[in-house]
This record gives sequence, structure tokens and C-alpha cells, in this order.
Amino acid sequence: MDIHEYQAKAILADFGMPIAKGGIAYSPEQAAYRAKELGGEKWVVKAQVHSGARGKAGGIKICSTENEVMEAANELLGRRLVTNQTGLQGKLVGRLYIEEATDIDREIYLAFVLDRSSERIMCVASSSGGMDIEEIAATDESAIVRVPIEPAVGMQDFQAREIAFALGVEQAQLAEAVKALKACYRAFRDLDATMVEVNPLVVTTDGRIIALDAKMGFDDNALFRRPQISELRDKSQEDTREMNAADRGLSYVGLDGNIGCIINGAGLAMATLDMIKHVGGEPANFLDIGGGASPERVAKAFNLVLSDDGVDAILVNIFAGINRCDWVAEGVIQAMQKLDVPVPVVVRLSGTNVELGRQILADSDIDLITADTLAEAAEKAVAAARFHQSASAESTGESK
Amino acid sequence: MSIFLNENTPVIVQGYTGRIGSFHAQEMIDYGTKVVGGVTPGKGGERHLDRPVFNTVKDAVRDTGAEASVVFVPPPFAADAIMEAADAGIRFCVCVTDGIPAQDMMRVKRYMRRYKREERMTLTGPNCAGTISPGKAMMGIMPGHIYMQGNVGLIGRSGTLGYEAASQMKAMGIGISTSVGIGGDPINGSAFRDHLERFEQDSETDLIVMIGEIGGPQEAEAAVYSRDFMQKPVLAYIAGLTAPKGRTMGHAGAIVTSTGESAAEKVEILRAAGVGIIVRPSEFGNAVAEALAKL
Repeated sequence: MDIHEYQAKAILADFGMPIAKGGIAYSPEQAAYRAKELGGEKWVVKAQVHSGARGKAGGIKICSTENEVMEAANELLGRRLVTNQTGLQGKLVGRLYIEEATDIDREIYLAFVLDRSSERIMCVASSSGGMDIEEIAATDESAIVRVPIEPAVGMQDFQAREIAFALGVEQAQLAEAVKALKACYRAFRDLDATMVEVNPLVVTTDGRIIALDAKMGFDDNALFRRPQISELRDKSQEDTREMNAADRGLSYVGLDGNIGCIINGAGLAMATLDMIKHVGGEPANFLDIGGGASPERVAKAFNLVLSDDGVDAILVNIFAGINRCDWVAEGVIQAMQKLDVPVPVVVRLSGTNVELGRQILADSDIDLITADTLAEAAEKAVAAARFHQSASAESTGESK
Repeated sequence: MSIFLNENTPVIVQGYTGRIGSFHAQEMIDYGTKVVGGVTPGKGGERHLDRPVFNTVKDAVRDTGAEASVVFVPPPFAADAIMEAADAGIRFCVCVTDGIPAQDMMRVKRYMRRYKREERMTLTGPNCAGTISPGKAMMGIMPGHIYMQGNVGLIGRSGTLGYEAASQMKAMGIGISTSVGIGGDPINGSAFRDHLERFEQDSETDLIVMIGEIGGPQEAEAAVYSRDFMQKPVLAYIAGLTAPKGRTMGHAGAIVTSTGESAAEKVEILRAAGVGIIVRPSEFGNAVAEALAKL
């Protein structure tokens, strides 16, 4: 789960990270009021969306009068901000963070991640702040400092000092830098984060250290014990279909193609998507209904897949392990009887009672295409999608 | 031989009396697994499925001589259950539970380092289908009948994709010595390379198939191990060719976050290390048959 910049900053500040003064606004008037409240002569109006690279996308504006703040807020609120991380549909700007402007001397990249190789929380930092870490890694890997933290004892002061010195922090800011580093680590550890990124962490012209931006991601598996984090969830930032799927206990990822996929198990789902690609097709989505594949789940899955506009065919690939193919076959038939499925459906069953399952599909009067092997299923789905696409193109052509 | 598990391995079930634990314990017993009892704290002294229930894993090990444990404990308590097994002297542990917090697993891995390597429990999973030595015994949730006994070792992250591979092989008359599920979580108990090492030493295994996916460094580590230490041929399939960067594909661990973690990159690394690549997931059966014919 991701949270907004202002929420991440509030959390990090609680753990001792210095941040600039700021306030949240839901309307242009409130934005201007915040600016007045903060005082000073320069403010930054920042669109709160779950994405990086907001500056390049026009989501961050520097203002010198309260009027400018109001105008900037007016322009940003309600708009969908498209960054290189949001996809073309962008993300809705529903709130703004108004912050006092900071005079920057230098920028540092600072992050903590869950490192799968060392199986530890790892500090990743670079003196080249402001840039994307992948860009830094591509240009100069040696500019990146990586320090794994021993989970039994946590981050030690000497480690924080070593990192700070490696980042070129001067003696005068050392204590502040150590405090900032330890704040990030503790927040990560204590709140079951999966990522803390402060990019940039800045040294101001008057020698202070401040988190100018902050991003945090959290482990969904640990939310049961982090109610205060769950409360920060902003559903307007999530893909509606993915959210609907998650609410129904299904796992969904929207893709760019035109073949809807209903599969049980993440590995088999990925493999089926690969197979579609191998035979010249493009999957519209990834929908994993979990190991079980009960009729109810199959019906929910059909509903979700059909809510994707660009679907020209549906491929159902179920491996019945602890349940049975005959049961799954009946589920598919029930779902298709209840719903009006306007596209061709290819069904491939395997596993327990496969013969019985195939027989039930063959005997039903539901219009569906069956396949025995994974390759056959993918080929038939790709062919059916092409046929449906050209048929519907023709019919819309005629109606004009 | 098979690895980790055979018809004589005494197995206990943690989370034994729960609905899911009971169901799968019965399936395991029916398959021929030597289930000697189970653990549910607070229900010690009772009997369940005609076997004793213990309060602690230590009690179970003392009274039954259990060597292996399968964990069906719910996510908030699963890490604790794994550490209890490790401390009680269990040699092999399968954790089926899906949804354990990543930092809990970090602590489990750190905790297990307190034991000397030769005394350390082997953990597979969490979030896995389990381990089966076909025709002998199984620990987990897999349908036993889709596996045929034979000479191919299987290691995979995914449950149903492993089933797909096993049934393609069975359809061609190819059997499996042991199939080990390592699970789809970002931090798991053991990796491909740990099991490659076991299979290399197993006299009943002639060839190993790895089923990997996007995310994490374990497939690349296995490639290096295979190149440097394996005499037996290794084949691999990597799922997730179509996965976009930064999106989680069903398994918590199936996410490309940095260089070297995409399916295409992993395939290149494995190929360069001399591992045979199974390009299409429809070719498990054929590819294994071809490789076996060359032995």
C-alpha cells in the first residue's frame, strides 16, 4: 500500500526527520489560507498523487503570492496528473500540500528498501539527489552507497555516520544527518514498510537538513497489525478494477492487450499470459482467482474481466488441484448462464476429474470453445479474439 | 532415494486441528505420508484424526520422533510456528501459509542462523504448495495423483504451474523423484540453489527442472551454482515475460523492481550458465523428454 507525500513526511517527522513547514488543502481557498498561515514569501504547491516525477509532469508549482497559490491550486485540483509512472490515464489530484519554499544548497538521494538478496532492510543512498535511482545506477554505480542493516540489532550510529560521510555530509550537519537516517530506518522497521524514499534529502543554504520529498510503501501482509497505516489509504489513487478485484479476494492487473484471462494461481497465470504472447496475442489483464476456483469466484472473475472495455475474447485456464474439474465446469456454465458474455470464451481445464469436466462442457448448450492443452487454449483464444475484433469492426462500419 | 521426504519420514502438522490443517492432514495420510501427530497450543492430550495432539513442537518431537513439520498456522502466528519447529529440532519444514509479513520472515531467517549449518532446519515456503516424493509421501496441499514416481527433480515457486509441469510430464510417462515448492514470497525459507545441491547428491534424480518467475535474485544465483557445481543437467522455465515493471503479479514476490529481475534477463543469465531453457510453458513434457533421451 502506498501513501501520499504529506502523510509520509508526517510519519518520518514523528521519528525525528526534519521537514519543512506545510499544510494540506482540499480547495484553492484553503490553499491560500495555508500559505498565509505558514507566512514567508515563497511557497510550493504540490499535487498529492501516488507517483514520483510529479515535478516534470507539472504537479509542483512555486508561488510568490497568496493569489498565485490560489491560482495554482485551482489549476491542479480535480485534474488527472499524468507522470511517467501513472500510465496514460493519470492520477486524480484531490489534495494539495502547501509547503514553505526551501533554499537548497545540495541534494541527496536516500532510500531504505527490503533487499531480497541479503534478506535485510538496506539503506541505498547517493550524493546525486533529485535523480531517479535507476538513472544514477546506469550512469555511475559507484555513486551509490548500499548498507544492509542487521535485523537483530538495527541500524547503528557508526553505520549512519559512514553513510553520511560517504554522501559528503559536512561535520556541521553530521548529527542531523545521522538523525535523519535513523528516523527513516526506524519508521521502516516499526511500521512494516517495504520502501522509504526521501528524494531529495537536502542541505539548505543555511546548513539545515530537510526531507524535501518523501515516499513510503507498506507491506499489505502486515496491515492487520498497522491500523494507523491502513487509515491512510486513498482509494482515489488506486486502479478501480484492481481494487474491486482485491475486495473480492482476487488478484488483478490491467494490461494493454485484448484477451481477458481467468486463471487459478499466480505462476500458472503468468505462464498462460506468456503463452498468449508466444502465439501472437496480447493479454488484456491478469486475473488470478487463487488456488481454489469455486463457481462463485469464477462468476466474479467473469464480471471483472468483462468490465475491461478492450476485451475481444476470454481465456479460462483452470488447474483443478484439491477441487475437481467437473465442479469448475459447472461453475463456468453457471456464470455464463447468468451473465451476458458478448465475446467468445475459450475454456481449458486440467487436473482432477478432467474427463468429467470436459464432458460437462461438451454436453452443455452454452456457446464456448474448449481446449485440451495450454498451447491449444492460447492459439484458440488468439484466433477467437481476432475473429471477434474484425467482426465487430465490420458491424460498426455498417451501422455508420 | 528422494530428497527430504519419503514413506518413512515421521511428519507432524502445525495448526493440526484447524479446518485447513485437518483437511490437508487427512489428504496427506491418505496418500501414505507417515503423519505421527500434530500441534495446536492448548489442545495437547487430545486426539485428532486418530493421532495425538501436542501443545508444543518439542513435546511432539519427544513423543513421536517427528523429523518434519508442515505449517498451516494463520499468517500473524506463522513465523512464530516456524521458529518453534526450528528450535525443537525439526529437520525439514514446509510452510504453506500465504500472507506472512516480510519482516516476520526476515526475523525467521535471522533466527535460524543461530543453529550450525548441519543442525539447521531446511525451510521451504512460505506461500508454497509443499513438497512431494511421488509414490512415497507428501507434505502440503498438492493433488498427489497428478505426479508419477520417477527420476526428475522439480523445484518451483508456483503451485498450479508446478502441477501443470508435473501433469505434462506424467502424460508422457515421465516421473518425479521429489517436487519441492519454494513459494512465491519475497523472502522465503530456501532458494533454488539449496535444492539443486540436494538433487545433485540424490541417486534417484537424473535431471532437475526449475520453474522460476520474475522478481528477486534467486534464479540468477541458481544459474551460477548450476554452472559451477552441477554435473546433472538443469532445465528452467521463467514465468512473467509479459509482466510490466513495478507491478505485483499475484505472488507478493513476483515484481520486477531492479535490473536482472525480469523474465527476459533471468532467461539470459540461465542460458549463459548452460541451463537448458524451456521457452514455452506448453513444452515442459517435451523438453524434459528430449533432455532425458540425451542422458
